[in-house]
Amino acid sequence: MAVGLPENIFITRLDAAANWARSNSLWPMPFATACCGIELMATAASRHDLARFGAEVMRFSPRQCDLLIVAGRVVMKMLPVLQRIWLQMPEPKWCISMGACACSGGVFDTYAVVQGVDRFIPVDMYVPGCPPRPEQLLAAVIDMQEKVRRTGTVMGREFAARDTSSGPTPFDLQEEHRIEDASLIQLGGFSAAATTMKRDA
Amino acid sequence: MVSLEELQSRFGEEIREKTFRDNRFIDVSSGVLLDVLSGLKADFGFSMLIDITAIDWLDYEGATDRFSVVYLLLNVETGERLTIRTAVNLPDPQLPSVCALWMSADWLEREVYDMFGISFSDHPDLRRILMPEEFAAFPLRKDYPLKGRGERHNFPVITRSEG
Repeated sequence: MAVGLPENIFITRLDAAANWARSNSLWPMPFATACCGIELMATAASRHDLARFGAEVMRFSPRQCDLLIVAGRVVMKMLPVLQRIWLQMPEPKWCISMGACACSGGVFDTYAVVQGVDRFIPVDMYVPGCPPRPEQLLAAVIDMQEKVRRTGTVMGREFAARDTSSGPTPFDLQEEHRIEDASLIQLGGFSAAATTMKRDA
Repeated sequence: MVSLEELQSRFGEEIREKTFRDNRFIDVSSGVLLDVLSGLKADFGFSMLIDITAIDWLDYEGATDRFSVVYLLLNVETGERLTIRTAVNLPDPQLPSVCALWMSADWLEREVYDMFGISFSDHPDLRRILMPEEFAAFPLRKDYPLKGRGERHNFPVITRSEG
């Protein structure tokens, strides 16, 4: 039985229609704390033109955004702010971790710098580089669109399933060793080199 | 130029001077520090405090004191610069605040307090300035590990389903 439809009507699934709309109008929340922010601005500017992918509407209020771009290193004092911004963003939302510092702490392996934001907030896409070129961020946005189209559901069911953190645990083995060393230093007044040598021996 | 003799006659004989490449360093004991600094401001025209910082001499060869606190002064009339150094030690490293002399000392002393744990008596608002309030250590002390004691990893983890 043939169904007669006018020319400008087609049939699809609701999920696919929602994903199509969402993936082509990602509104980024720029969380730019360092030099990656400059590349982020370059990505949005005319030469690289993020608008070609529908993601040029940078909003500086998390309430209006659905894509968090963490661009730059995040220190201890900034992490609670980042977490609050993430929680303030409405569903559905995604996160791109841009640059070596946001992904892993980069060269800033110091007492104050968080060693990767994925330890504390969920991250969907990582962009390597120091800083990454605008093309790399564009590639990440395109991949992000692909991921939204592939996994998205209109009610966001795919998010509810992700109830365990996919990032590294906040305390890794090395961290435990270091804290052990630190408490030894505190107690006995050993120099750091001496305790490290003792453990290696 | 402030002469050493003039300072010694006013503030005591134990004041020492050292020169390195046209930079003059005056070593004073912490007891007379406030007298020396207020005298330098009032009578020798050092109207500007450039910086206050500290040095941790832990494990340094030949060091006699744990910390040095360094005051960089500038006479804006003559362009003369002077570095005043004083020593403080554990367990209670404390110096008088110079906020009453130079307003710029406010944040500088807070920074020294934050990083080295040297407190300044009579400071109007001695809180941490760089590190978070709940941070318990003094990170620029030499016995503090470069990568911290795990403070940077001490945050709640937000998973995707709860955000």
